[in-house]
Amino acid sequence: MPTERTFRVWRGGADGELAEYTVEVHEGEVVLDILHRLQATQTPDLAVRWNCKAGKCGSCSMEINGRPRLSCMARMSTFEEDETIIVTPMRTFPVIRDLVCDVSYNYQKAREIPSFTPDPETRPGDFRMQQSDVERPQEFRKCIECFLCQDVCHVIRDHEENKRNFSGPRFLMRVAELEMHPKDTEDRRMVAQEEFGMGYCNITKCCTEVCPEHIKITDNALIPLKERVADRKYDPVVWLGDKIGLRKGADTPMVPNTRPNTYPEEDTPE
Amino acid sequence: MPEITRLPYDVVVIGAGGAGLRAAIEARQQGKKTAIISKSLFGKAHTVMAEGGAAAALGNVNQHDRWQVHFRDTIRGGKFLNDPRMAELHAKEAGDRVLELEYWGALFDRTSEGKISQRNFGGHEYPRLAHVGDRTGLELIRTLQQRVVQLQQADAAELGDPDAMLKVYAETTVTELVKDGERIAGAFAYIRESGEFVMFEAPAVILATGGVGKSFKVTSNSWEYTGDGHALALRAGATLLNMEFVQFHPTGMVWPPSVKGILVTESVRGDGGVLRNSNGERFMFGYVPDVFRSQYAESEEEADGWYTDPENHRRPPELLPRDEVARAINNEVKEGRGSPHGGVYLDVSTRMPAGEITRRLPSMHHQFKELADVDITAEPMEVGPTCHYVMGGVEVDADTGAAVVPGLFAAGEVAGGMHGSNRLGGNSLSDLLVFGRRSGLGAVSYLDELGSDRPTIADESLEAAAATAQAPLRREAGENPYAVHQELQETMNDLVGIIRRGPEIEEALENLSKIRERVANVRAEGGTIYNPGWHLALDLHNMLLVSESIARAALEREESRGGHTRDDFPEMSAEWRTVNLVLSLRDGRIRLRHRPVDPLRPDLLELFDREELAKYLTDAELPAEETAKEEK
Repeated sequence: MPTERTFRVWRGGADGELAEYTVEVHEGEVVLDILHRLQATQTPDLAVRWNCKAGKCGSCSMEINGRPRLSCMARMSTFEEDETIIVTPMRTFPVIRDLVCDVSYNYQKAREIPSFTPDPETRPGDFRMQQSDVERPQEFRKCIECFLCQDVCHVIRDHEENKRNFSGPRFLMRVAELEMHPKDTEDRRMVAQEEFGMGYCNITKCCTEVCPEHIKITDNALIPLKERVADRKYDPVVWLGDKIGLRKGADTPMVPNTRPNTYPEEDTPE
Repeated sequence: MPEITRLPYDVVVIGAGGAGLRAAIEARQQGKKTAIISKSLFGKAHTVMAEGGAAAALGNVNQHDRWQVHFRDTIRGGKFLNDPRMAELHAKEAGDRVLELEYWGALFDRTSEGKISQRNFGGHEYPRLAHVGDRTGLELIRTLQQRVVQLQQADAAELGDPDAMLKVYAETTVTELVKDGERIAGAFAYIRESGEFVMFEAPAVILATGGVGKSFKVTSNSWEYTGDGHALALRAGATLLNMEFVQFHPTGMVWPPSVKGILVTESVRGDGGVLRNSNGERFMFGYVPDVFRSQYAESEEEADGWYTDPENHRRPPELLPRDEVARAINNEVKEGRGSPHGGVYLDVSTRMPAGEITRRLPSMHHQFKELADVDITAEPMEVGPTCHYVMGGVEVDADTGAAVVPGLFAAGEVAGGMHGSNRLGGNSLSDLLVFGRRSGLGAVSYLDELGSDRPTIADESLEAAAATAQAPLRREAGENPYAVHQELQETMNDLVGIIRRGPEIEEALENLSKIRERVANVRAEGGTIYNPGWHLALDLHNMLLVSESIARAALEREESRGGHTRDDFPEMSAEWRTVNLVLSLRDGRIRLRHRPVDPLRPDLLELFDREELAKYLTDAELPAEETAKEEK
């Protein structure tokens, strides 16, 4: 039997407001189904970003009763029947309209990371890798880029000024993934610390908690990356090599001309 | 009239799934300035939904595999209606394309020797699908996405701007192709985020828009799959091939209603899952058609033995090509042996330990747990057919992906021919890579021949395209596009679905002509910025044209083959096997003509024995009886 539920949905841009709707809910439905019903029956121009509706593409990220979630995986049966459901766009990114925000920050950060670089002496088909060696980076490649971990991360959630120098959990995990790729030849440890803001992360594990793919971002990617960065920085051999000038160019730098000048000035918040 | 920005490029690729990205990578690697137009965000295209793997005869798991065997399986799966040249190129090149992905950073599952592991799949004689658990499509699209970024980084370092030679236009939709005389001159689009109109000016346009599933009610396809490329091609004067062939994947979710149609990967069966009806019978043994009789097991013991000892056992009938399994499930349900929610049971829980299920099928485990409260390690899934893929598509040259309109190319699902009347699982991801690259190369050589003789676009064409796009927003009154869409989906699902009958298809065509009038008058409320109602109003034109194409071709083809089953013509006909149905649009009306299917080259024909060929070919086409072998 369908029930009547109350939804409060963000409408408009940054200066928008919550609008209230009463809407039918059927057995087995998820929040995204209800938003679609609102489009079909009450407000056809309600902006919602979605795609696969099966938890595989990571498009329909939003905040449901304050919690960052995929709306296609948020089952209505998990809410109380008289519970009002408040749906708002992800807070860390600028709102375009209604539930859709501008997530270009993420694509920007992806571009700054030096890409996978195999040994130039090898050719396609040469690689031999054991399953046990690919499993660690494979876990990170399950990422569907829903950006919920970016949304929840306190380093940037209310701190626009940190966006320039912090790539967020998703892209620090990408650095970890490349560092753990058995056939990669670059060394991104210094750039992770100095340009991508590894040091900002104080392992509160909020990212892990919201990950719909249940990737252990903090434990398996961020902490090991921090350890590798520490190894690099405090390795006495590396330190000596740097001092006497024998170790030039081993640290892969950030890709030139990939960071725009449009980020707000870094300053300490009042 | 709003300001319309003109954006000059060498190559414009419409679509950012596997085929589109691979095409764009190739065009950029060959030095052409390339735009990728993505209907969604970058990296979200429907390719991410592909689960099972990419088929390529690498021979890593069974050393007997080679491209000829892959070719033979593909032709068998397509019931001999494939474009033989496409099937040949595909089988020959798929291996290199998969290895290239690995070289760009993809991490496939491994064999014990450290090579790319390969899994069994329906219709493939040997374990052939390179895979990553059951999320291979995600790996493929992410790898291509990261390759695009890598090329952009090279341009940033060299030219100072990452977008200088290869730029992604996310959440941008093309509404019309524009021509200069007979030649393609560009593509007109709107950007969702800003509501802005843009004119991509390019002598070469590659369609990589995927499929048409959103014309059907029960589908595994996402909202993007509205047949844009098929419709753009028709309206630009190109032709579509064999649109009657629509693949209904046998296993979609059937419950809860809101997820009806979502895909359940064929890997479940490839890895040992079995289909049962409500009486607990493994019913597929009763549905092995004559043409496949000799290749499939006749008892459960034999079938189960195949998983561990394929040399001495025939394969289980659950692994028949998709069209056969989908029809069988449909029939079980129709005859009253279905599950409570109108499907059948697909069970892995009794076939392997829980730990192995979660390791081999992690996303299926996750999907059923989260969406249906079903633990697939402990109980069976309920599944039924869902509209999944269109074999029909733009008629192209096999080697270059060129359509009949100069400057227009197509690759991936939107292109026709490769899969004949039915696509084998795993042949889609490899198709995207092989023909994505080839269409990129095709566009490059077209440009090189063109030289400085480039087409131009007059202001009037821009204004006309903008006016058409804005029409639904300007209407004072008119129907809700969602209501019209629902009716279109019901018409196609009920009347041109998995089992078809002549009178029902005629009824569908009548309905569609009424829907056509309604589509012309839908009204979108609101403005141009990120307005889904308006987008749907525009997409409806494409869905309608594609639906009419499918229905017209389905009515014409009076036989049953692959993804086209006519209850009133249940047999496969050797005469119809020689016929391609070619659709074109003239003065707003769909025209249909017959074109002969290219014959198999003698060296490829030799891959099949005469007895098998006799089940498909007319007597005149059969090779002469071999006399040599009969010599004593």
